[in-house]
Amino acid sequence: MTVKEPILELKDVHTYYGNIHALKGISCAIPSGDIACLIGANGAGKSTTLLTIFGVQRAKRGEILFKGYPIHHLRPEQVAAKGISQTPEGRQIFPRMTTLENLEMGAYLRNDKAEVADDMEWVFDLFPVLKDRTRQLGGTLSGGEQQMLAIGRALMSRPELLLLDEPSLGLAPKLVEKIFETILEINKMGVTIFLVEQNAHMALSISNSGYVMETGRIVLTDRAARLLENEKVKKAYLGE
Amino acid sequence: MAKSDVKKFIIYSLFLGILILPMVGFPGRSFEAARAFTIWGGIVGILAIWLLNKTIRHSDMYLRTSAHLAPFRNTVLRKFSKLPTRHYILLLLIVVGSFPLLANNYMIDVGITCLIYIVLGLGLNIVVGLAGLLDLGYIAFYAVGAYSYSLLNLHFGISFWLSLPIGIVIGAICGCIIGYPTLRMRGDYLAIVTMGFGEIIRLVLNNWDKLTKGPNGLLGMSKPEVVYPAFSKGGFEWVVYSLNSLHALYYLMFIIAILTVIGVRRLDNSRIGRAWVAIREDEVAAELSGVPTTWLKLLAYAMGAAFASVVGAFFAAKLSYTNPNFFIFMESCIVLCIVVLGGVGSIPGVILAGIILIAVPEVFRELQDYRMLAFGLAMAVMMVLRPEGLIPATRRKQELHEADQSSPED
Repeated sequence: MTVKEPILELKDVHTYYGNIHALKGISCAIPSGDIACLIGANGAGKSTTLLTIFGVQRAKRGEILFKGYPIHHLRPEQVAAKGISQTPEGRQIFPRMTTLENLEMGAYLRNDKAEVADDMEWVFDLFPVLKDRTRQLGGTLSGGEQQMLAIGRALMSRPELLLLDEPSLGLAPKLVEKIFETILEINKMGVTIFLVEQNAHMALSISNSGYVMETGRIVLTDRAARLLENEKVKKAYLGE
Repeated sequence: MAKSDVKKFIIYSLFLGILILPMVGFPGRSFEAARAFTIWGGIVGILAIWLLNKTIRHSDMYLRTSAHLAPFRNTVLRKFSKLPTRHYILLLLIVVGSFPLLANNYMIDVGITCLIYIVLGLGLNIVVGLAGLLDLGYIAFYAVGAYSYSLLNLHFGISFWLSLPIGIVIGAICGCIIGYPTLRMRGDYLAIVTMGFGEIIRLVLNNWDKLTKGPNGLLGMSKPEVVYPAFSKGGFEWVVYSLNSLHALYYLMFIIAILTVIGVRRLDNSRIGRAWVAIREDEVAAELSGVPTTWLKLLAYAMGAAFASVVGAFFAAKLSYTNPNFFIFMESCIVLCIVVLGGVGSIPGVILAGIILIAVPEVFRELQDYRMLAFGLAMAVMMVLRPEGLIPATRRKQELHEADQSSPED
């Protein structure tokens, strides 16, 4: 197997919330075109990792490279312009905007109207249910629909790298399956995906590689298939 | 008559009695029962009429008659809604434009004040309604505008028109000064800081004697002037016309108000407006969508401040006088009330509320101190009956009645 060029690389990243040392030296490299997942318990720093990549939280030390370029000093809107997109945790859509407006917000940085319309069609192909709800307010959608909308909105910026923060949170198992199928489909279109999940089994089963996080550190890195077999992971995260 | 309504009626009446009897009953030192009970009785009477109205509306006979009349009512309503909005706007412009021709000086003065507060309300609406940043010190920017014009005019003889852009820039800079440290704050904290900022500006104006003459205020600014060409005997010359009369000032303010409405409307429908709404809805999500939140929040403060600054300059020019006590905290509250009462984020709502909150207290001037009581009561009643404001913005209306909409199953 040839080693693919990493699209995203974190080198010894430290993040603080005031005095709290949330990320204690995260290093990882995500190959272009892969699905990578980051699993771990509540409060391990998974969401912080994603927010730090995006520049919402500032990395105090360390380097973040996107396609070889350092991005850790950029502001969120500049990171977004580079081709990274993220769905926030807890499916934070804009509740008082319609589905259509939510999707349009995802394309906020783009000026190519015709292509934005094409991408909107693409999102509707991925999530046909959204098409019936274009005029409905985001806040009145069901949980699953909101998650789809959040992913759809993130896709509207036509990202090369998509960061997903707990897409399965609070969804019925059937819907979770549906969402993960769609994530695979998005990946097949050439979008690299970095997935943060508590649903470790689901996440590992669709990923190429996995990272296990504990209290601000990555404690285990391996191919996803092998993590699924790992005794420690089985015990701690797969409930077997 | 439903039992619960009667119960409500009795409770409300008693509650009002407890509230009103002591307040109204003591004009001097002794309790005047007749006076207190008359006012209380009046209010209870209004409540009773409301109850009666509700009962009739639910009675079979009313429902039957109204069903018969429904087709007729629908045609009338359809006819009205068919009229394009611009007809209504035209009508409004004609009424507001011809108002000074029919009114006396006092009424024109009240009209100017209304227009001033409408513009202030629209400016604050950018900050509070669109960007969702609660600002309790908004009147400070009004003061900044008033004092910039006064000082520029008194010390350097700069005309009203030239000092407008300078005032706008100074106002916008002040907006950024208050905006920058509060970027990471939300809700209550933000409100407190902005309130403090408003007071700081007022206290600086009050105490910086050398520059602002302190509580005495600044006096003698020139009125706005217009220059127009005229043809006289020898040919052609420029005539300077000073807008001294109330009529002229009214029309100037009218034009400022129209420009503000156009400006705010354009902002509302722009990309920037959409981004502001996104920030109000969910800041992190907006950030992740690539909205430059820091810069847009500063811009919201700066834009809001710029509008206040323009009317501030006008206000100082109109009176040829300004003093720090015009800019007390209560003024900020009134402007905020205009925004909330009218409907947060709604332009027609703010206009209507501006007229109501400024003109109606003038009508009840004879009530003296009870004016503020009536004002407070009206606000409380409004918030209970129509929390979304007089003319709610579509978005806000949806938000407050979200529960009514059928939400699909999870």
